[in-house]
Order: sequence, then structure tokens, then C-alpha cells
Amino acid sequence: MIKQIVFSIILIISLVIFLFTIRRLYLFLKLTREAFPVRNFGRRLLVMFKVAFGQTKIFRLPVIGLFHALVFWGFCVILFGSIEMIIDGLFGTDRSLKFLGPLYNFIIASGDIFGLLVIISILIFLTRRLFSHVRRFEGTEMEPKSHIDANIALCMILILMISLIGMNSAYYNNMTRLAEPIFGIYPVSQSLSIVFNTCSAKTVILFYEISWWLHILLIFLFANILPYSKHFHVFMAVPNVFLSRLEPLGKLTNMDAITREVKLMLNPSSTFVNPISNTSPERFGIKDVEDISWKNYLDALSCTECGRCTSVCPASLTGKRLSPRKIIMDARARMKEKGPGLVKYGISYNDNKSLLRDFISEEELWGCTTCNACANECPININHPNLIIDMRRYLVMEEASAPGELKSLFNNIENNGAPWQFSPEDRMNWAKNIMVRVN
Amino acid sequence: MDYRKIEIPIMADLHAQGKSPDYLFWVGCAGAFDDRYMKVAQSFARILSFMNVNFAVLGKEESCTGDPARRAGNEMLYQMQALQNIDRLNAYGIKKILTICPHCFNILKNEYPDLGGHFEVINYLQFLDKCILDGKLEFDTQMLGNATITYHDPCYLGRANDIYFEPRSILKKLTSKVVEMDRHKSFALCCGAGGAQMFKEAEKGNKEVFIERTEEALRTQANIIATACPFCMTMITDGLKYKNKEEEIKNFDIAELIVQALNL
Repeated sequence: MIKQIVFSIILIISLVIFLFTIRRLYLFLKLTREAFPVRNFGRRLLVMFKVAFGQTKIFRLPVIGLFHALVFWGFCVILFGSIEMIIDGLFGTDRSLKFLGPLYNFIIASGDIFGLLVIISILIFLTRRLFSHVRRFEGTEMEPKSHIDANIALCMILILMISLIGMNSAYYNNMTRLAEPIFGIYPVSQSLSIVFNTCSAKTVILFYEISWWLHILLIFLFANILPYSKHFHVFMAVPNVFLSRLEPLGKLTNMDAITREVKLMLNPSSTFVNPISNTSPERFGIKDVEDISWKNYLDALSCTECGRCTSVCPASLTGKRLSPRKIIMDARARMKEKGPGLVKYGISYNDNKSLLRDFISEEELWGCTTCNACANECPININHPNLIIDMRRYLVMEEASAPGELKSLFNNIENNGAPWQFSPEDRMNWAKNIMVRVN
Repeated sequence: MDYRKIEIPIMADLHAQGKSPDYLFWVGCAGAFDDRYMKVAQSFARILSFMNVNFAVLGKEESCTGDPARRAGNEMLYQMQALQNIDRLNAYGIKKILTICPHCFNILKNEYPDLGGHFEVINYLQFLDKCILDGKLEFDTQMLGNATITYHDPCYLGRANDIYFEPRSILKKLTSKVVEMDRHKSFALCCGAGGAQMFKEAEKGNKEVFIERTEEALRTQANIIATACPFCMTMITDGLKYKNKEEEIKNFDIAELIVQALNL
């Protein structure tokens, strides 16, 4: 009974803290602009199963990708056991989901095997992070906090898995001793349970209890640390993939506000037909974090700084300042900085800083070739080029600021209908004197 | 062999005669004005004429799609160009558009619909690959003389629109030796010219993107680097010059290779 009460109190405290964190992020999310209407649930589910649960994009780096996939799939299976533990903790039951029979055996057995596989994967990740020099984990945007975050998260997962296997082994040993029926199948823990053979029954039960509490308390702690670290992707990745932009990577989002203005310019009589609404005094493009869309913000919250985007970016690869990962991290950092003020004082709140320039320089923005390698590589469908183009839109349309050559480009298109200084009269020069063999 | 001079049909003329072509060939600014890429526009026109395809071009009425302006952030200018182009295309009742430039292809296909321009937009490689499958184009594989070809994927055909199969399928008809660069298909490295970079100096760095890509192409030991985009062509040709390889290794567009193989 005491165990139940203690457990319930801890669960409630964890939930309250978690909800508080989520509420804060939700308030920030509410500050952002519209991105696109969420439709096509069928296609979205398909993308989610393929990219998130199938880990298809993670496998673009097959070796290290496999280990990530093992951790992810392990997490999904082991989640079942965690839910059972919460039920057991609340109601004082033991193995409360055992009534599922063969399915229970299957899930528990998978969880037990995955526990070991996750331990192996995490050890590989830790070794790689600590001892081998992985280029994509470096970069100007990668501050010590990112590395510490990563190592803390990896260690926590490691302890979670060790406590899980420990708990299972002790359970198996204890039940065998008591000659009581064992619920679930434990391929890994069964073999390990013999280490308890020399211990007293009391020690085994104590070990079981310690493992049980360690495991569940770590889950509560982990869940509450994640939203404050880059490992928030554990929660955000699947929803972010579900909410992917479904358009082809090459397509940019149309600015309808501009369409209204251009139509008016091309055909002034349409004023009477289609009066401009005065409801959107929004600025064109993105200058600061309140201009980003909810999708940009979800992308930023989901980013785990793996650096696959930057590792394929032609600009980054050739030593330019642009790093797509930094763009996403900057959006997140800026929201963390300005978000509280915006929530408190409203959308007009100004702290004399902005995402553009104080975080992201013009040089970075003008380095992008819009090749979409970054967006294509991102394992959770983050779209960097859209954010970059929206910031260029602000620069060009609100500040008339662009590299000189691009201003000439604009002039040429406007005056000659071509990016170069050629007359439209010469458009057919290519077609003179073309000969072809008679078929 | 007999040769004839071809006249490129112009949309306004056909319209005046009450005729309408099956396809509009969108030449693009590079096809019309870039000295090197003009040859690609000519090559594609020759292939079309050779197959007796009923097509026309807008000629002097064609205007920039607005792609470089849009990707440089000038949405206003892009939409002015786009809305005027759409008006013109709709006025002629155009249904099907053939493009050679991937940037024109992408914007006509994916972005014009948002502004009321709904056309069936076909990239020339899709079109030509289908013609080959249908038996309308047959090659003598010896014409290219055992050339080893590597293909550089343009971002706006590949990642932007998932066109990886057709160029390779065509090249395999032209030679038995098609080799891949380390980074190819969806992994392909950009030539460095997209997103309006073509029209400006690169930002400060320690290397030019086109040199990085050209070096990668050279490592394949191919003697022809095939491209399918005017900007990629400028970049790869420059890269070959920079590496002093322009004598031994040639950069051709796939349309030009077909013309060579057909001896048009």
C-alpha cells in the first residue's frame, strides 16, 4: 500500500512537471504563423510508418543507422513494459497485462532481447562520441551543451536497459526458486538469472525492487529532462514526421498576400472585385521568431543535432558559413530567448534583437543553393530550405537587401524577362540555321 | 545522307492559322541566350523534328519563369512573371509543356498551379525515354565509340522531383559503360549554381562547389560527363577548364549525346 501511495505521488509530480513544460512549449507554438492545413491523413500515416517506424531515412547511413533503428524499435517494444509497470505501480498488481497470453509472451520476449541490443547500440554510440572523431558532430553551432546532453541521454538509456534486464533476471530467478509460474518469455534474462543462484532469496527480491524503482524513476526523470535537451526528438520525431510537408522538395510555398498585391498591380480594376483585406499587416518573410510557422517550430523542437543535413550541404562542405543544422538550432534558441517575452507582453514585444542578424547572418542565407540535400537527408523530415528562403524573402521584400549581382538579376528579369541582359527580341536567335537529317 | 533546315514553329503564328501544337517546347532563358546551352535547345529541337513531333515555342513571347528571383527571395517579381506567363499559356490553350531546364520544369510543374497555371509539364528526359521505349528512337550504340559516361544529377530533377531513372535508362542505350560518382541519385552533390547562386559570386569558403563536384566526376575515369541542366553545364564545364581537362573530358547534355548517337 505504501509503495502504491509513494508511486502515485511521484507519478503525479512527474506528470505535473511534464504538463507544465508542454504548456510552455504550446504557448510558444501558438505564437507562430500558419504553415499548411493538415489534410491527407492516409498519406501522412504512410509517411509516418515508412520514415518514422520504418526508419527509412536513418538507413541512408546503413551501419550506424541500423544501431539507431534497434534503439528506436527497442524503445517502441519496451514502452509496453513501462505502461505495465505504471499500472502495477498504481494498483499494486504484478505483471498486470499477462492476460494477453501469447501476445504478452511475444512482446515481453522482444523487449528482453531488444534490451540487450539497445545496450550494445548505446555502448557503440558512447564509444563513438567519446573516442572517435565524427566530423558531423563538430561545427561552430555545436557547443559543449550539445555533447553533454547527448552523453547524459545515452547514459540514462544505458541505465534504463541495465535495470530492465536486471529486473527481469531477478524476477526469473525468484519465480524459479518459488516454483511459481513465470509470465512472459525472457530469452536474455533467463540466461543471466543464474548469477543470482548464489544469493539469498531476500537479496534477489531486494535487487528486483531496486531495479524496478530505478527503471521507473529514471523514465519519469528522463521524460522531464528531454524537453530541455536536444533529445526532445524522442517525443517529437514521430509527430513531426506525421506532420511532414507533403509537397515535392522542390516546391516553395506560395505567398498569397503577394498574389493579391500582384494581381492588383497587373489589373487595377480588380480592386472592386477583390478588395484587399486589412486583416494581415504581417511582414513578408521571416525576420524574427514570431514570423516562423508552426512547422518551422516543430522542426526546431524535433532536431537532435545529428548533423546529417550539414554533412551533405554543398555550402558547408566547401567551407562556407552556412550550416543547415545551425539554422534550425537558431530558430529553437531564439524562441527560447524571446518566447517568454512574447507570451507575457504580446506579439509586439521587442527585445532589440532578432533571429536574422543576431542569430543567422545574411552571409549564411546567401550561401544556400536550395539543392535540398539537407531536407532530403533529415531522418525526421525537417525542412531547412523553406526557412532559409523565407528569411531571404524578408531581406529582399522588406529591406530591399540582397547581394549586388542579385539586384542586377532582378532588374534584368523585370526589364528583359531574362536573368541576363539580353533583349526579348533575340529570343529566337538559337533557332536560326538548325539542320536535321531527313528521317 | 540528306539534311534539311528546320523552322521552329512559333505559337503566335500557329494560333493565327487556327492550329494548335501537341506540345509547347519551353526553351528557357539559358536555351535562348547561353551560347553553350543554346546547342542543347537546338539538339532537342532537332530530335523533336526528326521524330516529327508537332510542337511550337513561344519565341519572343517567352519570359523568365521567375525561378531565380523566387529562390533569391523576390516573391513579388516571381509572381509578376508567373502570372503573366500563365495568362499567355492559358490564352493559347496550352495543355502540355516540354522543358529542358530542370528549374523551369520544377517551377512550371510544382509552383505555377498555386497561381492558376495547370499544365502537364514533361521534362525532356521523361519524354525521350518514353520515345525510346516506344521504339520511336533507335540508336546505333557504336556512334559514341565506347565512351564511358558519368551522369551528374541536377538537384531540381533528382531530389526535387525524383527523376533518377530516365536519364540513366537513356544513357544505357547510348553506351554500355555508364559509371556512377560516389554521390549519385538522391545523394548527388549540387553543382553549386542553384538557388540563384548562378548569378552571384559564391559566399566566402575554402573551395568552390563546382570544383568539388568536378573532381568527383573525374575520379570515375569517365570521358564524358553528362548533364541535364543549363546551370550544371556551366559549372561542370568551368570545372573541367579549371582542372585543365577540357581537352580530354567533355561535358555534354543528354540531348546532345542523343543527337550524336543518331547522327542527326
